[in-house]
Amino acid sequence: MRSTILESEIQKVIALAREEKRIDGRKLDEMREIKIETGMSENAEGSTIVTLGKTKVIAGLKMDIGTPYPDNQDEGSISIGAENLPLAHADYESGRPGNDEVELARVVDRAIRESKAIDFKKLCIIEGEKVWIGYLDFYTLNGDGNLFDAGSIASLITFNNAKMPKLDSENKIILHEYSGKLKLSRQPLLTTFVKVGGKILLDPTFIEEKSAEARFSVGTTEDGFISAMQKGIGGSFTFEEINKMIEIAFKNSEKIRKQIAKI
Amino acid sequence: MKNEKKVDYKKDKKRLDGRKMDELRPIKIDVGVIPNADGSAYLEWGQNKVYAAVYGPREALPKHSADPLKAVVKVEYRMTSFSVPQRKRPGPNRRDQEISKVLGEALAKTIFVEQFPNTEIGVYVEVVDSNAGSRVACLTAASCALADAGIPMRDMVSATGIGKAFNELVVDLNKDEEDAPDAVDIPIGILPNSEEIVLLQLDGLLTIKEWEQVSKMGVKSCKNVYEIQKQALKKKFELGDAGKKIVELKEDKTVKKKVKK
Repeated sequence: MRSTILESEIQKVIALAREEKRIDGRKLDEMREIKIETGMSENAEGSTIVTLGKTKVIAGLKMDIGTPYPDNQDEGSISIGAENLPLAHADYESGRPGNDEVELARVVDRAIRESKAIDFKKLCIIEGEKVWIGYLDFYTLNGDGNLFDAGSIASLITFNNAKMPKLDSENKIILHEYSGKLKLSRQPLLTTFVKVGGKILLDPTFIEEKSAEARFSVGTTEDGFISAMQKGIGGSFTFEEINKMIEIAFKNSEKIRKQIAKI
Repeated sequence: MKNEKKVDYKKDKKRLDGRKMDELRPIKIDVGVIPNADGSAYLEWGQNKVYAAVYGPREALPKHSADPLKAVVKVEYRMTSFSVPQRKRPGPNRRDQEISKVLGEALAKTIFVEQFPNTEIGVYVEVVDSNAGSRVACLTAASCALADAGIPMRDMVSATGIGKAFNELVVDLNKDEEDAPDAVDIPIGILPNSEEIVLLQLDGLLTIKEWEQVSKMGVKSCKNVYEIQKQALKKKFELGDAGKKIVELKEDKTVKKKVKK
């Protein structure tokens, strides 16, 4: 295990947070600047690079044909994977995705899946036999914290822009030919906070995550629903804190949705 | 192949994508794109898009991998799941492992590894979109990332694909050409100043005469790639107008001081 973060830096972040200050000068509830690029991978059905401050992730979608789950014979599915590439940070290791990456992927997946933004029934090709499975994988290209939100934004945009592959008469994919788009009925987004020195910080950087006693992510939709929640790391939150974070999350994600709508 | 007509480059004098036989696809390189890395590069080569990042020299981990006489150059070549027409399963496959190995060996030759005993130099390359020739794109990008990281090197490594398709010798085969019935694919990487070969693989059937001819085309193309690499590095490290002025001012001061003395 590599660790390039110094204990003294962590202590500095905690001391600053106690005075309601952050190491990069942001307000406690201030998000870093978001930049969005789309369509870089021609082989993907959709692809997006999201830059959140210095954090950079690339997401890509491949639509594939699979068999339905035994209990949902008329429904397709999605599968989200996350990988922290060793090229993205000195502390990232190569190899199979670890626990952190599995949690990250599952929380991003849940926010979208549970919002019912994607109608899985529309992903059915032949009931009981053939369905669409949307494999979305996102990779960290430069890791500077809050991969939950960066991954969530990149995933949502990738699904929004996804082209559906064309099928031939035997329901096999015709490569590089498309018919229509995957339509989403909602725009779910994750918003993530950490607790450092007893204070709540929106959109944590890498060092802030390392300094955190607890983490909280909430998936929200534009029509007022919560679609996912995840409390992480050892510490705890009060109900008051949770409710406050949910309130900020609804407001903050609305700003991001406006930016996404401009693409 | 969608093309029903028989393609014959000897007769057509032109390739399926309109290129000349010895013409490379457009190449674009940006140096220093990954802030966390000690050195990095992003490279577009036709449809191929790759990122390369270098970390090190740093402590070799696991500890038993360290070599007391030189740095260990660790290369990891990977492809994102969506970089190919048919989704690739996450995790390295045998192809990724082989490519990582040959790329590492190609770079080890040019790095002054003996200057950094007991350390590792991690070189990570990730393909995010592909269309034949991703390994030479990665080797070219990795070499730029190493230079960006300030790792002492004997020379750059410049690479390209060469080979044969549709009855003619060509450079930089694309996917349609790699799928030709008579396709020969030869990834080649050289040290452009000494013309030493550090990467060489071949898939297909070729006569000695054809090899002699096509290898010459390869050296020429690698040198073209080298020029693009140099330009990309200069773009990052060359001083802007403001920087040039500062240097001029500093030089002036030293001149004045000397005069005073």
